[in-house]
Amino acid sequence: MLIRRPSDIKPSEITPEYVYRTRRRFMRDSLAVAAGAGAGASALALPDSWLEERRVEPGEPIGEQMTSEANATGYNNFYEFGTDKEDPAKYAHEMNVDPWTVEVSGEVAEPGKMGLEDMLAGIDLEERIYRLRCVEAWSMVIPWIGFPVKKLLDRFKPTADAKYVEFKTLHRPSEMRGQRSLFSSIDWPYLEGLRLDEANHPLAIFAVGMYGKLLPNQNGAPIRLVVPWKYGFKSIKSIVSIRLTRRQPVNTWNDLQPREYGFYANVNPNVDHPRWSQARERRFPTTLFRPNYIPTRMFNGYDEVAALYSGMDLARFY
Amino acid sequence: MDRGGVAGGSKFVLMSLPPVIAACSKPLVFCLLAVPLALLGVDVWREAVAPGSALGADPGEAVVHHLGSWGLRILLVTLAVSPASRVFRQPRLIRFRRMIGLWAFTYVVLHFVAYLSLLAGFDVINVLVDDVYKRPYITVGFTALVLLIPLAATSTRGWQRRLGRRWRTLHRLVYPAAIAAWVHLLWLSKGGFMDPFVYGLVLLFLFGERIAYSVRRRRAVSDDR
Ligand code: HEM
Repeated sequence: MLIRRPSDIKPSEITPEYVYRTRRRFMRDSLAVAAGAGAGASALALPDSWLEERRVEPGEPIGEQMTSEANATGYNNFYEFGTDKEDPAKYAHEMNVDPWTVEVSGEVAEPGKMGLEDMLAGIDLEERIYRLRCVEAWSMVIPWIGFPVKKLLDRFKPTADAKYVEFKTLHRPSEMRGQRSLFSSIDWPYLEGLRLDEANHPLAIFAVGMYGKLLPNQNGAPIRLVVPWKYGFKSIKSIVSIRLTRRQPVNTWNDLQPREYGFYANVNPNVDHPRWSQARERRFPTTLFRPNYIPTRMFNGYDEVAALYSGMDLARFY
Repeated sequence: MDRGGVAGGSKFVLMSLPPVIAACSKPLVFCLLAVPLALLGVDVWREAVAPGSALGADPGEAVVHHLGSWGLRILLVTLAVSPASRVFRQPRLIRFRRMIGLWAFTYVVLHFVAYLSLLAGFDVINVLVDDVYKRPYITVGFTALVLLIPLAATSTRGWQRRLGRRWRTLHRLVYPAAIAAWVHLLWLSKGGFMDPFVYGLVLLFLFGERIAYSVRRRRAVSDDR
């Protein structure tokens, strides 16, 4: 596929092509470039050196064109900072992510609240190149840096009663203008949930970085969920609380519009959103006169998760 | 349309304006309303030359949104002309109304064409029919567009003369069209309701003024008796 490179993107922002050609020097090079370009002006919970000092297992290429870093960091849904796609990139720097603590509670033998850096100590990072399919019918391919959700959960020893996991985003209206908006119908803080077996699936990760750098605020710094077989809204950002529960937790969009957004929210081309078709998606990069439409795949192409839902009517549990 | 809305005479000519500006006020308003389209044209041109340079990550959606937003805004300006002429006692404002209305229609048609081409990929059967049939926000948007077609078609002086009194009755279709356009916006909004709220307030105000005016006029008539 021949896709022209957007002209206004600084070469430093298109590191992926370069990075994935010279994969061995991946981390060092891209970090140097990031430092040089001063990209992503966010207050970091983790010092840049934190990532630099770590070995990151490079990701498997998936044979699909990567979305540009400019698109992935400039076109976001993060309603805590406004409802326009450009709002998060404009306003997310107002969120202070240093220091950052995460509380793990509920059905765990060893609940705790700790600073992010301590929490991640000794966890190996790896890169995962994943498709991200938004419920709004657009999609991206993004190289995340993170680790399996299970690795972290296991540290807190979930009890036998733990069936679900609830995740919560930071609630800090003073730094998150969307939470101050009078016209938002969302009941903050943003909540998401997974069944424990979904969370424990090897594809489900916590991400702390993307494109070889720490996460920019608009993409959910300093730690977010990435569940690639589900619509993007399940991949909750800027997590401050993880609670293991016996019952299915509330998730924000389902609570707001239950007919439009389910708890499961598995990518499914056969179940339309009431307001638009889910049969196809616009994959970024896309151009004005030749929109890059591709058919949407069941479970976003991650067929290996199908076993999690055997026997379930996915039209009912959408 | 000059004889359209308010008490016919023009005692209050645009007195406050210098004659030169008053004379070219029509081309001026015309150009003003063309500005959002011209700006979009520049962006589309830049985007065509260098994809990704002017309209963000999702250029098709940006074009549809730009045209839809301006279509609605200019439609509301059209509806504001006769209230403004009454409130500011400037009956001559009415002479701008047809032009403003036709611009609103132009933006809305382009919004529709952009949707068909850039978002639906000219897939009329599958996407348009499916969308109009299944998706309420498209259904009401489409209704608004269809309601505006006879108004644009009969906007000429010739049609005004031919239809006589019925012309004014016909052109009341602009009210349901505006309401449908607002519902379209309301139903496509997710989570944030700032835009529908603001546009809704404007619409309420414009309808409120009309109701107040007709009540006053009726009272004036009955007082005369
Ligand atoms: C009087 C007629 C119409 C008016 C005033 C109007 C106005 C608008 C406005 C204000 C927006 C929101 C823009 C934004 O959020 O920035 C919008 C979006 C949209 N309109 Fe319309 N519209 C009309 C008719 C139509 C028709 C006939 C169609 C298609 C059949 C259509 C399809 C759309 C689509 C697809 C969107 C984008 C929805 C999204 O972002 O999910 N509209 N329109």
